[in-house]
Amino acid sequence: MDTYYRPADLQKFAEIGRANEELWNKFQAYYSAVFAEGALTEREKALIALAVAHAVQCPYCIDAYTQSCLEKGSNVEEMTEAVHVACAIRGGASLVHGVQMRNVAEKLSM
Amino acid sequence: MGLTLIARASPLAAPSEQLRILGQGNTVPPFEEKIAEAGLAPLCATGISVLQVNVGKLCNQTCAHCHVDAGPDRREQMSRETAELCLRALEKGGIPTLDITGGAPELNPQFRWLVERARALGHHVIDRCNLTVLLVTPQADLPEFLARHEVEIVASLPYYRAAQTDAQRGAGVFERSLAALRKLNALGYGHPDSGLTLNLVYNPVGAFLAPRQEAIEAQFRRELDRRWGIVFNRLYTITNMPISRFLDYLLASGNYQGYMERLASAFNPAAAAGVMCRYTLSVGWDGTLYDCDFNQMLDLPTGLGAPHHIRDFDPARLAERRIVTRNHCYGCTAGGGSSCAGSIS
Repeated sequence: MDTYYRPADLQKFAEIGRANEELWNKFQAYYSAVFAEGALTEREKALIALAVAHAVQCPYCIDAYTQSCLEKGSNVEEMTEAVHVACAIRGGASLVHGVQMRNVAEKLSM
Repeated sequence: MGLTLIARASPLAAPSEQLRILGQGNTVPPFEEKIAEAGLAPLCATGISVLQVNVGKLCNQTCAHCHVDAGPDRREQMSRETAELCLRALEKGGIPTLDITGGAPELNPQFRWLVERARALGHHVIDRCNLTVLLVTPQADLPEFLARHEVEIVASLPYYRAAQTDAQRGAGVFERSLAALRKLNALGYGHPDSGLTLNLVYNPVGAFLAPRQEAIEAQFRRELDRRWGIVFNRLYTITNMPISRFLDYLLASGNYQGYMERLASAFNPAAAAGVMCRYTLSVGWDGTLYDCDFNQMLDLPTGLGAPHHIRDFDPARLAERRIVTRNHCYGCTAGGGSSCAGSIS
């Protein structure tokens, strides 16, 4: 194996079901239901998925949901804003822990 | 503006080279196999309700995805004699709709004559319009002409923003398209009760499939109205066919294999059952008959005993003809399907 991530592996995702078909089928059914048009549109859900893909830094998901966003009618400007939302939340999540740092420092300091 | 494949002396200008690439066995399963699996073999026409006439390859644009390889340097044009034969076929076959395409069909000197005659005979007439041609000086009165004859306009607009539209259709095309749409709206086109129908066509700007038609139509309606106050009737989604200049783009960008796999994996039997070749007959600028405009560009005329030329038009033999298919046909059967009237299923 020359790299941990290979684009062709995305097509093998369903092979996960070989070792436990029942759980795979349940996951698939749930996954499909989540992304179906509901209170949110399919396009909005794809943009959320793209942002989450960047937050969890999954190259398979970034590949799949970039294509999905385009196929739902989104444009690169909208997709970039979604990535910035992920970035802001990730950055903010780090920064807000500064409060914890300050609490500890305050306790330890004179 | 880009150049046509012919002007670039590209090997892909030859339909035989396109068919060679599409026929390479290691890309996707043969389309015929999928049709058989869907229980649709042999794929046959079920009638002729649309005569789609391609009056020539001359165009004022050179769009990156054009399946015709149309452009300003193309000179193929339908003659008055062949146009007359098309009118006779409409009558003889009792075909309700004449669908005129190109190139930019309005640039053919026979265009207005063909429209006037077909309308006088009571046929519904569709003009597949690139919008910017309506601003070309000799055509300045075209919108009024089309409105006067109540011609349905099917106009290309791949996106509601300039960057995407211009990337596919050329620099400045979006702004000129808006100007043409404003003219059409001012005449009543696109307004619900005017009787003047303006339908838009969405093509993906790249190597991906179109959105669900109803969803992108709602998005276009909202954005075109909000940004520019433009209205339209329906929006049709049409998949880019892996032929001609779009095939050239796919190969040059390294997307060919992935795109073909995407089309084949999204094969939809319901869409396959409703493909437009089953109810459309396509006529080339020289009168040759085809199952669709894509087969026309691949030099694949009607096959297996059906007449090959409009002068030999025989509705009984053509209405149930066997359709000629190759792997580009995956473009019409992927996802919701694709036709000149938008998605299928």
